Amino acid sequence: MTLFTIFIGAAIINNYVLVQFLGICPFVGVSKKIESSLSMGMATTFVMTLAATVTWLIYHFILTPLNLQFLQIVSFILVIASLVQLVEMFIKKVSKPLYDTLGIFLPLITTNCAIMGVALFLVMKEYTFIESIVFGFSAGVGFTLAIVLMAGIREELELADVPEHFRGAPITMIVAGCLALAFMGFAGMI
Amino acid sequence: MESLIYAVLSMGGIGLFFAVLITLANAKLKVEEDPKIELVNDLLPGANCGACGLPGCGACAELMVKGEVGLSACPVADDDSKDQIGKLLGLSHEAGEKDVAVVLCQGGLKNVSIKADYDGVKTCLGSTLVSGGERQCAYGCLGNGDCCVVCSFDAIHMGEDGLPIVDREKCTGCGKCAEVCPRDIIEMHKESHQVFVLCKNQDKGKAAKEACKVVCIGCQICVKKDESGGFTVKNFLASVDHSKYGSNPELPTDKCPTNAIVNVVRASE
Repeated sequence: MTLFTIFIGAAIINNYVLVQFLGICPFVGVSKKIESSLSMGMATTFVMTLAATVTWLIYHFILTPLNLQFLQIVSFILVIASLVQLVEMFIKKVSKPLYDTLGIFLPLITTNCAIMGVALFLVMKEYTFIESIVFGFSAGVGFTLAIVLMAGIREELELADVPEHFRGAPITMIVAGCLALAFMGFAGMI
Repeated sequence: MESLIYAVLSMGGIGLFFAVLITLANAKLKVEEDPKIELVNDLLPGANCGACGLPGCGACAELMVKGEVGLSACPVADDDSKDQIGKLLGLSHEAGEKDVAVVLCQGGLKNVSIKADYDGVKTCLGSTLVSGGERQCAYGCLGNGDCCVVCSFDAIHMGEDGLPIVDREKCTGCGKCAEVCPRDIIEMHKESHQVFVLCKNQDKGKAAKEACKVVCIGCQICVKKDESGGFTVKNFLASVDHSKYGSNPELPTDKCPTNAIVNVVRASE
């Protein structure tokens, strides 16, 4: 039951993008098409899950025994950057078109604060190993959900009769705001 | 002091571990690319217009290097760059004349009759779905500019009259506009072909005249006056066969009672 609570909590109630406002950059940058936003979401989910796993191991087996908790941010950055490198190589090998579509946003997963957020939160909330993995995965699912929702709305917006000065970025901001308001409705469920 | 050593060692250790991991992964996942692909890609237009039927210039370059498609796969690249690609890959290519898009309709707002007020989605595809848009002619231009949106080369623009105008200099002959037009009034023709029947209306004379002022009514005058035999009339609509008519710019336009036959180059001047 607690695992399920963690999942719902991280994916929906405390959705990283729409409630905690972390990882806004790819949320706006790669949400033009459902297909590419879904791939972006999956890549981020993958990195988040792995990052949660590895950072938990490093924190509990290296940093805590040696009393080096003050190095957590540095070591987490190292872990995340390396994982993103691996994912990038993997995607380039498996699907070149996807690699081209994601473009600069793929290496930018490194600086996606949502991933750093996952790593820091799981330490702060003192999760166990399994809980951390579920937490990382569900944060990724939440991110994917938000970015795909956004892409779906933006695809429809292409056809909408938007006033000239609102086209492009401004209407995207307004839509993001409406989505965030909607997600605020989940607050206090657990 | 002790924690300093531990800090250096543990960070160094973690760093080293990931460095080794990435090196191994790099060796395993390395993508071998033929350096020629990059060179060919630079010579291609780089507009990713998709006229070759492939996902983009990169994909086309790759297949060219592999020899799966020829130089003619790209209708957009000019002869000069095709020569260079040919030298690079040891292929020869025949210099050809480029194609240019021709809009076979003159049903702009000052010529065509308006049957309704269309206020829906501002695309040609949208307005065809709603009982054929606002213009009376069921064969002609819808005027919402899907062709202008799809052009990667900024070569077709909506005129003030509500008819797209092709910039024959900029047009590369990729054929995207012809593909997207739901009424099929845009066709690709050799650049030297200048004389066209700018109408697609197949209605009988009277009905056609009601729809549009500049319309082919199938009167056969062009067929009788032109000696080359290049004009034919079928379904109350004349058309030019350029293989017979050739590229003679002197044309029976003056004879056409509705001015539907036009020399497109002269008309734009």
